[in-house]
Amino acid sequence: MDIHEYQAKDILSGYGVKIAEGGLAYSPEDAVQRAREIGGHIWAVKAQIHSGARGKAGGIKICKTHDEVEAAADYLLGKRLITNQTGPAGKVCSRLYIEAGTDIAKELYFCLLVDRSSERVVMVGSAQGGMEIEELAANDPDAITKIYIEPAVGLQDFQSREMAFALGLDAEILSHAVKTIKGCYRALRANDASMLEINPLVITKSGELVALDAKMGFDDNALFRQQKISELRDKTQEDPREMAAADRGLSYVGLDGDIGCMINGAGLAMATMDMIKLAGGEPANFLDVGGGASAERTEKAFRLVLADKGVKAMLVNIFAGINRCDWIAEGVVQAVRKIDMKVPLIVRLSGTNVEEGRRIIAESGLPIITAETLAEAAEKAVQARNEVVAKEAAQEV
Amino acid sequence: MAIFIDETTRIIVQGFTGKIGTFHAQDMINYGSQVVGGITPGKGGQTHLGLPVFNTVKEAVQQAGAEAGIIFVPPAFAADSIMEAADAGIKYCVAITDGIPTQDMMKVKNFLRRFPADKRMILTGPNCAGTISPGRAMLGIMPGHIYMRGNVGIVGRSGTLGYEAADQMKRLGIGISTSVGIGGDPINGSSHRDILEKFEQDPETKVVVMIGEIGGPQEVEAGIFAKEHMTKPLVAYIAGLTAPEGRRMGHAGAIISSAGESAAEKVAILKELGVTICPTPAAMGDTVAQVLAKL
Repeated sequence: MDIHEYQAKDILSGYGVKIAEGGLAYSPEDAVQRAREIGGHIWAVKAQIHSGARGKAGGIKICKTHDEVEAAADYLLGKRLITNQTGPAGKVCSRLYIEAGTDIAKELYFCLLVDRSSERVVMVGSAQGGMEIEELAANDPDAITKIYIEPAVGLQDFQSREMAFALGLDAEILSHAVKTIKGCYRALRANDASMLEINPLVITKSGELVALDAKMGFDDNALFRQQKISELRDKTQEDPREMAAADRGLSYVGLDGDIGCMINGAGLAMATMDMIKLAGGEPANFLDVGGGASAERTEKAFRLVLADKGVKAMLVNIFAGINRCDWIAEGVVQAVRKIDMKVPLIVRLSGTNVEEGRRIIAESGLPIITAETLAEAAEKAVQARNEVVAKEAAQEV
Repeated sequence: MAIFIDETTRIIVQGFTGKIGTFHAQDMINYGSQVVGGITPGKGGQTHLGLPVFNTVKEAVQQAGAEAGIIFVPPAFAADSIMEAADAGIKYCVAITDGIPTQDMMKVKNFLRRFPADKRMILTGPNCAGTISPGRAMLGIMPGHIYMRGNVGIVGRSGTLGYEAADQMKRLGIGISTSVGIGGDPINGSSHRDILEKFEQDPETKVVVMIGEIGGPQEVEAGIFAKEHMTKPLVAYIAGLTAPEGRRMGHAGAIISSAGESAAEKVAILKELGVTICPTPAAMGDTVAQVLAKL
C-alpha cells in the first residue's frame, strides 16, 4: 500500500525527521489560506498523487504570490497527471500539499528498502540527489552507497555516520544527520514499511537537513497490525476494479487489454495471460478465485471480471486441486444463467473430477466454448475476441 | 530416494485441530504420509483424527519422533510457529500460510541462520502448496493423484502452475521424483537455488524443472548455480510476460521493481546460462520430454 507525501512526512516528523512547514488543501481557497498561515514569500504547491517523478509531470509549482498559489491550485486540482510510474491512465490529483519554500544548498538521495537478495533492510544514499535512483545507478553507480542492516541488532550509529559521510555531510550536522537516518529506520520498522524514499533530502542554506519529498510503501501482509497506516489508504489513487474485488475478499489485477480472466492461483494466472499474449491477445484483468471456489464465489468473480466494460471475451481456466471441477462447472453455469452475458465465454477445466465438470458444461445447453488444454483455451479466447471486434467494426460501417 | 520426504518421514501438523489443518492432515494421511500427530497449544493430551495432540513441537519431537512439519497457522502467528519448529529440532518444515508479514520472515530467516548448518531446519514456503514425493508422501495441499512417480524434479513458486506442469508430464507418461513449492512471497525459506542443490544430489532425479516468475533475483541465481554446479539438465519457465512494471501480480513477490526482474529479462539471462527454456507454459511437458529423450 502506498501513501501520499504529506502523510509520509507526518509520520517521519514524528521520528525526528525535519520537514518544511506545510498544510493540506482541497480547493484553491484552502491553498491560499495555507500559504497565508505558513507565511514567507515562496511556496511549493504539490499535487498529492501516489507516484514519484511528479515534478517532471508538472505536478509541482513554485509560487511567489498568493495569486500564483491560487492559480496553481486551480490548475492542479482534478488534473490527471501522467508520470513514468503511473502508466498511461495517470492519477487524478484531488489533494494539494502547500509547503514553505526551502533555500536549497545541496540535494541528496536517501532510501531504505527491504532487499530480497540479502533478506535485510538496505540503506541507499547518494550525494547526487534530485534525479531518479535508477538513472543514477545506470549513469554513475559509484556515486551510490549501500549499507545493509542486520535485522537482529538494527541500524547502528556507526552505519548512520558512514552514510552521513557518504552523503558528503559536514561534521557540524553529523549528530543531526545520525538522528535523521535512525529516525527513518525506526519509522520503517515500526510501521512495517517496505520502502521509504527521501528524494531529495536537502541541506538548506542555513545548514539544516530537511526531507523535501517523502515516499513510503507498506507491506500489505502487515496491515492487520498497522491500523493507523491502513486508515491512510486513499482509494481514489487505486484501480477501482481492484478495490471492488478487495472489498469482496477476491484478488484482482486490472490490465489494459480486452480478454477477462478468471483463474485459480497467481502463477497459473500469469501463465494463462502469457498464453493469451502469445496467441495474439491482451488480458483485460485477472481474478484469482483461490482455493474454495463455491458457486456463490464464482458468480461474484464473474460479475467483477465482466464489470470491466472493455472485456470482449472471458476465459475461465481452473486447475482443480482442492477445488472440484464439477463444483466450478455448476458455479459457472449458474453465473451465466443469472448474469446476462454479452461476451463469449471460454472454459477450460482440469484436475479433480474433470469429466463430471465437462459434462455439466456440455449438458447446460449454454453457448460456452470449452477447451482441454491451456494452449487451446488461449487460442479460442483470442479467436472469440477477434470475432467480437470484427462484428463491432462491421456494425459501425 | 526423492528429496526431503518419503514414506518413512514422521510428520506433524502445526495448527492441527483447526478446520484447514484437519482437512489437509486427513488428506495427507489418505495419501499415505506418515502423520504422527499435531500441535495445538492448550489441547495437548487430546486425540484428533486418531492421533495425539501436543502442546509444543518439542513434545512432538520427543514423544512421537517428529522429523518434518507442516504449518497451517494464521499469518499473525505463523512466524512464531516456524521458529518453534526450528528450535525443537524439526529437520524439514513446509509453511503453507499465505500473508506472513515480510519483517516476520526477515526475523525467521535470521533466527534460522543462527543454527549451525547441520542442525538448521530447512524451510520451504510460506505461501506455497507444499512438497510431494509421488507414491511415497505428501506434505502439502496439492491434489496427490495428478502426480506420477518418476525422475523429474519440480521446483516452483506457484501451486496451480506446478499442478499444470505435473499434469502435462503425466499425459506424456513422465513422472516426478519430488515437487517442491517455494512459495510466492518476497522472502521465503528456501530459494530455487537451494532446491536445485538438493535435486543435484538426489540419484533418482534426472532432470529438474524450475517454474519461476517475475520479481526478485532467485531464478537468475538458480541459473548461475546450474551452470557452475549442476550435471543434470535444468528446464525453466518464467511466468509474467504480460506483467507491467511496478504491479503486483497476485503473489506478494511477483512484482518487477528493478532491472533484470521481468520475465523477458530473466529468460534471456537463463538462456545465456545454458538453461533450456519452455517457450510457453503449455509446452512444459513437451520440453521436458525432449530433454529426457536426449539423456
